[in-house]
Amino acid sequence: MTQTVNSPHFKENARKALDDVFLQQALARSEKGFIERRKAAVEKLPEYDALRDSARDLKDHILAHLDLYLEVYEKNVIASGGHVHWATTAEEANEIILGICQRLNAKTVAKGKSMISEETGLNAYLKKHGIRPIETDLGEYIIQLRGETPSHLIAPALHVTKEQIEADFRRAHTGLPPERNLDEPTSLLAEARAMLREKFLAADVGITGANFLIAETGSSVIVTNEGNGDLTQTLAKAHIVISSIEKVVPTREDAATFLRLLARTASGLDLSVYTTFSTGARRAGDPDGPLEYHVVLLDNGRSNMLGGKFQDMLRCIRCGACMNHCPVFHAVGGHAYGWVYPGPMGAVLTPSLVGVEKGGQLPNASTFCGRCEEVCPVRIPLPKLMRNWREREFELHLQPAAARYGLGLWAAFARRPAIYRATTSLAMKFLRLFGGKGRFRALPLAGGWTRHRDFPAPQGETFQSLWRKRSQKR
Amino acid sequence: MKSREAIFANIRKSLRTGGEDGKRRETVAARIEKHPRGIIPARGQKADRERLEVFRQTVEDAKASIVILGNKDDVPAAVAAYLRSKNLPQSVRHGEDERLSLIPWAKERTLEVTKGASDGAQLASVSYSFAAVAESGTLVMLSGADNPTTLNFLPDHHLVVVDEKDIAGDYESVWDRIRERLGANKMPRVVNWITGPSRSGDIEQTHLLGAHGPRSLHVLVVRSS
Ligand code: SF4
Repeated sequence: MTQTVNSPHFKENARKALDDVFLQQALARSEKGFIERRKAAVEKLPEYDALRDSARDLKDHILAHLDLYLEVYEKNVIASGGHVHWATTAEEANEIILGICQRLNAKTVAKGKSMISEETGLNAYLKKHGIRPIETDLGEYIIQLRGETPSHLIAPALHVTKEQIEADFRRAHTGLPPERNLDEPTSLLAEARAMLREKFLAADVGITGANFLIAETGSSVIVTNEGNGDLTQTLAKAHIVISSIEKVVPTREDAATFLRLLARTASGLDLSVYTTFSTGARRAGDPDGPLEYHVVLLDNGRSNMLGGKFQDMLRCIRCGACMNHCPVFHAVGGHAYGWVYPGPMGAVLTPSLVGVEKGGQLPNASTFCGRCEEVCPVRIPLPKLMRNWREREFELHLQPAAARYGLGLWAAFARRPAIYRATTSLAMKFLRLFGGKGRFRALPLAGGWTRHRDFPAPQGETFQSLWRKRSQKR
Repeated sequence: MKSREAIFANIRKSLRTGGEDGKRRETVAARIEKHPRGIIPARGQKADRERLEVFRQTVEDAKASIVILGNKDDVPAAVAAYLRSKNLPQSVRHGEDERLSLIPWAKERTLEVTKGASDGAQLASVSYSFAAVAESGTLVMLSGADNPTTLNFLPDHHLVVVDEKDIAGDYESVWDRIRERLGANKMPRVVNWITGPSRSGDIEQTHLLGAHGPRSLHVLVVRSS
């Protein structure tokens, strides 16, 4: 059971997203904050660009020696008392985790944030087998209550408004007085903290992702601002780390290089509040910590990306900056991309992992404005990779279908000229925010089509009026 | 094991290498052994008192509070004053760290001091940090009975004592100190880098303090004489 792929419906998804009033409010609110916070953090660090170059080179070095660093990593996890499990597919990763949970008679599992577990559809799988997974990152908790999936790498509940969260809490937290005041975000946070504290203390197993794996010491690294990942892994009987294979880095010094970039680019902090290096299980004399430590290493198609046109995508450290700066993402949100990974990185990674037939139209969801590449901390040439996908479609003789998709997507936007303009002007706005020396390589979504084709007459009041409202607020 | 072999075989096929290539192995072994440093920001690279000043600034930027004490004997009064300022009961819990046991807690008559890990019932804890990093205002905590990890996360208020001499400019210097103490490729069960009190940006992208970890973090620097 993996996360269902809904990417072929991008066009439909995008149209719905553009008509979704709540979503448009949520998106309008978030974009500026992300951009300005990153900008301020980067300006405070003169070495930022040099760090990006070295991080790019370091990732390339790691990927060229991936098999060997994984060997060293595995050896050191075992030497420090941990267990390593290898999974070629999502199903296999889920089975391994279920096996550990069942052996420990686990009823509930606390979960730190993990995009890999979204990729494997772990929550649904555990639930099907009678184990209750509880997301503990506040954003993940909110969307779990709503029965949704994350819409952003680091801000999973980006698409939800405060009022919606209040309604969800009133519905889910039934034991609390109905007349309580939840007007302020702080009271929502306090309520979630209290509800989840009980869950942490009761959970049998804690599952986290990993931002990095350190070969030198066999350590896994997580970063959080909430501290939920630490409570998840410290209080349970067993800590299970689920990670993909390309997260390995050689040494602690190398981890420091990436950590200097990650939080600044993601949230504008010098460092996330909690950066945690975990190595094995509870030691003799330790008064706390898990009794078992497991790492599940998932491939799920990544080893196929090595040595090919899309290897650069494996440099990604999941900071979210490319989507924060993407005009298409800010017009349609993360769910429209239809699978786990949204925005420009998702548009490249999704077809790599689920196949070009299912994910191949996402690379068309781009204005090719180039902002994503300009902000990427490991300098992934995202626009070029999106273009590679278009070529690949051609090679695979998928071109007629792909072209239809591309055209269809363009038409969906063009039928609503405001959206088309909005996307373009959004991009402009972004460029200005950055000091305005950007450029457009192509007109959004249309490419060469516009010169030769006629399109249906524009319509679609809904978005236009929405957009006008949105513009007035700026 | 089948999957392990399949993954390695596929990586090697994609990279067009046999895996037994001696040169590649040497490169990897050398990097692990030499653990070269990357680019280190100039910000933290200051001498003594200047470095302390950078640390004070970065700690405050991270929304923690900080006091600088002349002497270890000043710690009890500073802890009591902090608890009073937050309207908290005069009670803290700490681990077995000898440096904490040597603090003259009895000087504060009303201050109750208990020892051990946290079960979630304590409002305030005191830890002694292994090191700190001026570059980002980060405290470096090692797990174990001396400073149990639960004390870092469960209480609402976390008070951390750090010796001025243990404030490094950068993370890399702290990694070297951990190597010195534990051996080349060894780590304690957990190393926690803590930079400010816990927070969440998940409700409409505004950063609110006090998510799952401590709502506030108070740093007490003890000056080297
Ligand atoms: S592609 Fe680059 S910018 Fe986007 S999430 Fe990955 S590292 Fe961040």
